[in-house]
Amino acid sequence: MSTLIYTESQLQPEHAVYDCTLPSGEGWMHEIKTGQTFRIVDLEGNQAVDTLFYNAHDQTDRYSAQDTIREQGSIYLTTGTKLISSEGNVLLTIVADTCGRHDTLGGACAAESNQVRYAIEKKHMHNCRDTFLLTIAKSSYGYTKRDITHNINFFMNVPVTPDGGLTFEDGVSDKGRYVEMQAERDVICLISNCPQLNNPCNAYNPTPVRLLIWD
Amino acid sequence: MNTTQPIPTDRIVFEETIPGGAMWSCVLNRHRTLRLTDIEGGVNVSALLYNHDQLLDRLNLPDTLKAQHTAKLAPGYVLYSDMGRVLCSVSADTCGWHDPLGGHSTAALVQSKYGASTYQNERNAFHRNARDQFLIELGKWGLGKADLVANINFFSKVVVDESGKMHFHPGNSVAGDYIDLRGEMNVLVVLNTCQHPMDPDPKYNPKPLGLTVWKSEPPAADDLCRTFRSENERGFILTEALFR
Repeated sequence: MSTLIYTESQLQPEHAVYDCTLPSGEGWMHEIKTGQTFRIVDLEGNQAVDTLFYNAHDQTDRYSAQDTIREQGSIYLTTGTKLISSEGNVLLTIVADTCGRHDTLGGACAAESNQVRYAIEKKHMHNCRDTFLLTIAKSSYGYTKRDITHNINFFMNVPVTPDGGLTFEDGVSDKGRYVEMQAERDVICLISNCPQLNNPCNAYNPTPVRLLIWD
Repeated sequence: MNTTQPIPTDRIVFEETIPGGAMWSCVLNRHRTLRLTDIEGGVNVSALLYNHDQLLDRLNLPDTLKAQHTAKLAPGYVLYSDMGRVLCSVSADTCGWHDPLGGHSTAALVQSKYGASTYQNERNAFHRNARDQFLIELGKWGLGKADLVANINFFSKVVVDESGKMHFHPGNSVAGDYIDLRGEMNVLVVLNTCQHPMDPDPKYNPKPLGLTVWKSEPPAADDLCRTFRSENERGFILTEALFR
């Protein structure tokens, strides 16, 4: 694996205008204004944070994994990555990262994909798509399943090999690692803090994350 | 591993050729097969798939990739919907690598690569881009921007190196190469023949595509795609449950 680059932030949590802890298995939907900085902290290590972003003024202008990786010419997200929308707009830029690599190919877990990946009987386990659907249903934004698309998995390590293989490797994150991004326009963030119990990436132990916003 | 299969000529439903830069869609009924043929070599086909009986059930590339531990499509692989179902199987393929990573071209990208081009000036030779072609073709089925999800690029190859960098490989597909997509449900296929967004060719030069649909056989118990990996066996179970 290539060397990971770590970039620290100078922002102090006591100055944040928003600070919450999101347990695993729960959802979060929140607006981040132009110029604000948003940090996700992996409190206990190797937690997957399934994340989507939308232009706050046009929900069809949304995070696009394919546009983001193609425009930077690399499949991994880290400091400097511009998170690009389906309309070609920069939604946010990653400005600090003490994990070094984040995935945007693996998508979210769902009841039905768990059946395919693990066993037909796994249908009734809690999963990210259910969290996404419940979170948007309870919100006032009017989003539907059509708006749930190809997400980011912060703190996940999903390498692709030169012969076209895709693997879920042990995490490269650790307790207290964080990723921080600055909003380039008003965005809505939708998170499912992943409850996956079948994946060794998180040592079968989903854990809470901390979410902070600075003006 | 590349595979071939003959088409029984008495079972062909239709054949069509479309030019480079064109858009196209059809409902591929269950257990019929769509063959895409690269006529000149170097064609790119940006494509999306939907369950025609339930359009919210649609292609999900992340699920397709992680279920089969792959970053390419080739013989034996299947294309999964976000409901854990198999939309289409790659029942034969002479090319061996189809790209699920690069996405599709846009008006801004095509203009920056090939210069300004308008209908007013160039009539039907004006430059097309995949996003506009998708939006037009999706609109015919009542679908729109919210339904335009991550797409496949048939016949194109993007390799990821050890550091994560993406590299487009020209010459992946040659004249006569084909891929067969067998419908495992009634599938809405929406595609266009715009150039791959990473194609280094400095010229606007999209290539034509041959399309053939025929009445194929349902996948047998020992079918290549069904038995390709245990995930696919479960994917077929979930898909066939729709038709019991």
